[in-house]
Amino acid sequence: MIAETTHGSLTFCSIEPDSGLGSALERPPADALGRIEASGLRGRGGAGFPTSLKWELAIKSPGEYKYVICNADEGEPGTFKDRVILSDFADLVFEGMTIGAFVIGAKHGIVYLRGEYAYLRSHLENVLRRRRAQNLLGKNIHGLEGFDFDVEIRMGAGAYVCGEETALIESLEGQRGEPRNRPPFPIDTGYLGNPTIVNNVETFAWVVCILAKGAKWFNSIGTKKSTGLKLFSVSGDCSQPGVYEFPMGITVAELLKEVGGEGAKAVQVGGAAGQCVPAAQFERTIAYEDVPTGGSVIVFGPGRDMLRVAENFLEFFADESCGQCTPCREGTPKLIEGVKMLQQGRCSMQYLHELCSLGETMQAASKCGLGQMAPNAFLSIVEHFQDEILGRIGR
Amino acid sequence: MSDELLPHGHPTRAPASQRGRTAEVLEHAKALGKQIEVTIDGRAITVPLGTTILESAQQLGIRIPTLCYHQDLCLAGVCRICVVEVEGQRALQASCSYPITAPIHVKTHTPAVRKARRHILDLMLANHYGECYTCNRNGNCELQSLAEEYGVDYFRFGRMEKPRYEIDLSSHALVRDMNKCVLCRRCVRTCIDLQEVGVLEAIDRGNRIKIATFGDKPLSDVVCINCGQCINRCPTGALRANDNTDEVWQAIDDPTKHVVIQTAPSPRAGIGECFGLPPGQPMTFRMNTALRYCGFDKVFDTNFAADLTIIEEGTELLLRLKAAMANDECRMMNDESALQHPERSQSQSIHNSSFINHNFPVPLPQFTSCSPGWVKFAEHFYPEYLDHVSTCKSPQQMFGALLKTFYAEKTGVNPRDIVTVALMPCSAKKFECNRPEMCASGYKDIDYGLTTRELAKMIREVGVDLPNMPKSDFDDPFGTATGSGVIFGVTGGVMESAIRTVFELVTGKKVENLFDHAEVVPVRGFEGIRYAELPIVEVGPVPAIISHLFKDWNWLKGATLKVAVAHGTANAKRVMEDIKAGGKFSECHFIEFMACPGGCLGGGGQPIPTSPEIRAARAKAIYDEDRSYTIRKSHENPALLQVYADFLTDGPCGHRSHKLLHTHYTPRGKYIA
Ligand SMILES: Cc1cc2nc3c(=O)[nH]c(=O)nc-3n(C[C@H](O)[C@H](O)[C@H](O)COP(=O)(O)O)c2cc1C
Ligand code: SF4
Ligand code: SF4
Ligand code: SF4
Ligand code: SF4
Ligand code: FES
Repeated sequence: MIAETTHGSLTFCSIEPDSGLGSALERPPADALGRIEASGLRGRGGAGFPTSLKWELAIKSPGEYKYVICNADEGEPGTFKDRVILSDFADLVFEGMTIGAFVIGAKHGIVYLRGEYAYLRSHLENVLRRRRAQNLLGKNIHGLEGFDFDVEIRMGAGAYVCGEETALIESLEGQRGEPRNRPPFPIDTGYLGNPTIVNNVETFAWVVCILAKGAKWFNSIGTKKSTGLKLFSVSGDCSQPGVYEFPMGITVAELLKEVGGEGAKAVQVGGAAGQCVPAAQFERTIAYEDVPTGGSVIVFGPGRDMLRVAENFLEFFADESCGQCTPCREGTPKLIEGVKMLQQGRCSMQYLHELCSLGETMQAASKCGLGQMAPNAFLSIVEHFQDEILGRIGR
Repeated sequence: MSDELLPHGHPTRAPASQRGRTAEVLEHAKALGKQIEVTIDGRAITVPLGTTILESAQQLGIRIPTLCYHQDLCLAGVCRICVVEVEGQRALQASCSYPITAPIHVKTHTPAVRKARRHILDLMLANHYGECYTCNRNGNCELQSLAEEYGVDYFRFGRMEKPRYEIDLSSHALVRDMNKCVLCRRCVRTCIDLQEVGVLEAIDRGNRIKIATFGDKPLSDVVCINCGQCINRCPTGALRANDNTDEVWQAIDDPTKHVVIQTAPSPRAGIGECFGLPPGQPMTFRMNTALRYCGFDKVFDTNFAADLTIIEEGTELLLRLKAAMANDECRMMNDESALQHPERSQSQSIHNSSFINHNFPVPLPQFTSCSPGWVKFAEHFYPEYLDHVSTCKSPQQMFGALLKTFYAEKTGVNPRDIVTVALMPCSAKKFECNRPEMCASGYKDIDYGLTTRELAKMIREVGVDLPNMPKSDFDDPFGTATGSGVIFGVTGGVMESAIRTVFELVTGKKVENLFDHAEVVPVRGFEGIRYAELPIVEVGPVPAIISHLFKDWNWLKGATLKVAVAHGTANAKRVMEDIKAGGKFSECHFIEFMACPGGCLGGGGQPIPTSPEIRAARAKAIYDEDRSYTIRKSHENPALLQVYADFLTDGPCGHRSHKLLHTHYTPRGKYIA
């Protein structure tokens, strides 16, 4: 649900078609890469890895065939901004992928589309067809001799973990969607063993904006370490949920004001995998160096039972864990059991410590981001809502 | 999208997450030969680029615990017990699957690491039906020893109170008890990556995940070839062989039963390991004494039957070659075009030793049939090639058939009262002896197959310390066999024995003229697939034993016998696919296939653990035993010649032999209903 007022003011609306790609193709690939580097753009999928660095590593990685993959699996609870981008600004995404291909020397692009977004597929295929007809995809793109690139759309099947880039690649290869050991990273051993860049939908869209409007424009917004603008999917106890564009570095309080969420008790930033920020910390900034996010903001009003919140998130992870590694597979259900014990006042202080300690082990020892982030919400709720929780502690 | 832009790159095989792409990258990086310095717990070491932290630590003598890691398998990195701290990295890293590509500093036992390991163990135990005293792996369980090593003293996160899964007892060979599974997936990787059978896979996700067969069917209903390689690599009691010791004890305790046991070559090379000896200590003659002590009435050497197999299978091969020749001549006579195209008829001629005639096909190459795992593999995956598989039963079954006929006659014991037990390194033998067709005498050829591990248990149960038993010989009338029989236990052994015999039968010359000490080196070793050519320059007279079948060997003169050896079904698959494609192996005459890596000495009934070093040590014990025998060729086995003289009077591949010693196969296909 995009708030009407905000939609028109999105930067993406003001970008001339093809302006980013056109500008990139004017000069050698290194130039486009340099501009992206100067912009300070970091991945919009959550982890915030510098986009230019990822692409540079893929350039350096030897391999005849390289791949550009757009991660459109958007599975994080409370995130729906990629859906909006794909519905309304699909051209920007494909244009960004084409720029990526130009920079790293790829011929093949894949959009890994979330299973639930199947209804978007025909729309996306139409856009692809049109772009091919416009010579924006296919052979000798833009008349540039030897620059061939095309994009295909592949469907996910509803597993959250397949948004993790190596699980995504496994899934593309027809295997069980399970994260791989890293290193090696996709930039050198990705799809079918070839160098591959995996980027979020929004990341590709911003690449186009940066090339169209200039790196300076982008890095003058936001903080030093988190430059530019970002889309946020806001939901929960607020009067105007929807997709918003804010500069990076916005404080939680400022954001709440914009979306009509004043009076919140806590805000979950970064989806189920993110942190739960209590009211006392609403002056914190949303930025990679403070409270990072892939775009999900869930507002909890005063009436929310935080243990229920923790339980809900944990159940999500327990269900979505691929089951591969011990800490995540076995640890998450133990945390759920613990939350239930807390709810029933059967959890001793000592066991609560044990569970927090287990949470730390999961963060440290799980194989992929899912297990590493699964305890985040639980740990931050236990830390910030001690009174609410300790009230129910057994002896 | 335009065709030219479709995905490129190498097609992938099997689950990559389990194959662990790192392994490939490691090989790649190692091949570059670059060295890199790392420090582990403050100690520096220089290793080839791409070496894992675990391997580097092992070189330094630093122990890092592992569970899902196995030397024979690709990396998984799933149990996380091996985590270590890498300076500068936020998360702990699994040392087994972390290739070193930069000069890093590693700490292997920081508080965070120790805590994580304890937690991981506690979590595993919380979801493990631990009942060690009734568990098959009590005392030899990696989970149990880790719990001990890390001082687990209580169930921090609780424990599984009652079993969650039904035990799968459907298979003659294997038992699966998923209540003891720790989801390390070694079995999955063994089955799909090492063996390329692909029976097992993880299904479902989260903590509902479990290791299952296709459609979660009982093991007996899927394409499992019973090789038991998964058992040998399972760290816990979740997988085990279907144990027949109770039935064997019952037979021994029954005074009306005459219980005889035959012992295969591999168990004696491995059983010492069950008694604390280092691998590679042969126990042959001490084991004989221990078996009598257990109460077996007679102890025979399977190698006798191995020698018998060589005679039968060698004769079968010569018959196939002859038939191919006859076809060839017949074709040449009829085929006008052969005259017009002499070069083509030449290619079919004996001097090129092709023997393979696509118009009148005689199934060649002939495949060995002594590995029941391989036989079932062929039945499932290559049913169209079953006429290539030698019709000879395996030595185990041949021996059983003789015991219930020849031996029964000779000793006057009613075959009904003879209980035949086979000590085998193999779990598939348990399936084989239960094949319905294996009862030529009217009784089951073999009543029970015992694994090396099961026998060790029986020996321990009677209070015997095997390494200190006195030695004693095998019983008559089968006596001690030849060195050829012994080497059946190692990959290439059947081929070597066959070459020793066929060469001498055909040329009348000593094989020693060709190979020092009759050691057919080209077919030895552990390389997955081996190929050798054996020129038959001259031929001799036809020996009496097969003179009723062949007039002369002139048709073999100047031919070159082409043979190959493959061990592990993954390698067997390579060879079969090559044959299908008409490649080099389709030109072979005889191919030895063993289902298990290393051959029988690496069988699914052998002592656990297993590793390339352990298998090499067992192989050495077997080759040493071969060298220690005075008679080392099957056709010189005096007891065997006596059996042909007295009982199998119409000779190798004769009527009686066909009835008792040969069998047929069942095309099974790989699709499960
Ligand atoms: C469990 C898990 C789920 C993820 N899901 C997504 C997702 O749905 N979309 C996405 O863009 N990135 C997701 N990621 C992050 C990706 O692994 C990867 O970092 C990202 O696609 C890189 O793109 P970026 O650098 O442009 O952000 C997920 C990561 C984890 C660990
Ligand atoms: S952390 Fe969870 S989702 Fe990730 S690999 Fe481990 S079990 Fe799978
Ligand atoms: S698998 Fe190991 S820990 Fe489990 S019951 Fe058996 S011996 Fe004990
Ligand atoms: S016995 Fe062999 S074929 Fe059967 S599951 Fe185990 S490894 Fe696979
Ligand atoms: S059955 Fe054994 S080898 Fe297979 S996953 Fe379970 S514990 Fe590991
Ligand atoms: S031994 Fe390294 S993760 Fe299991």
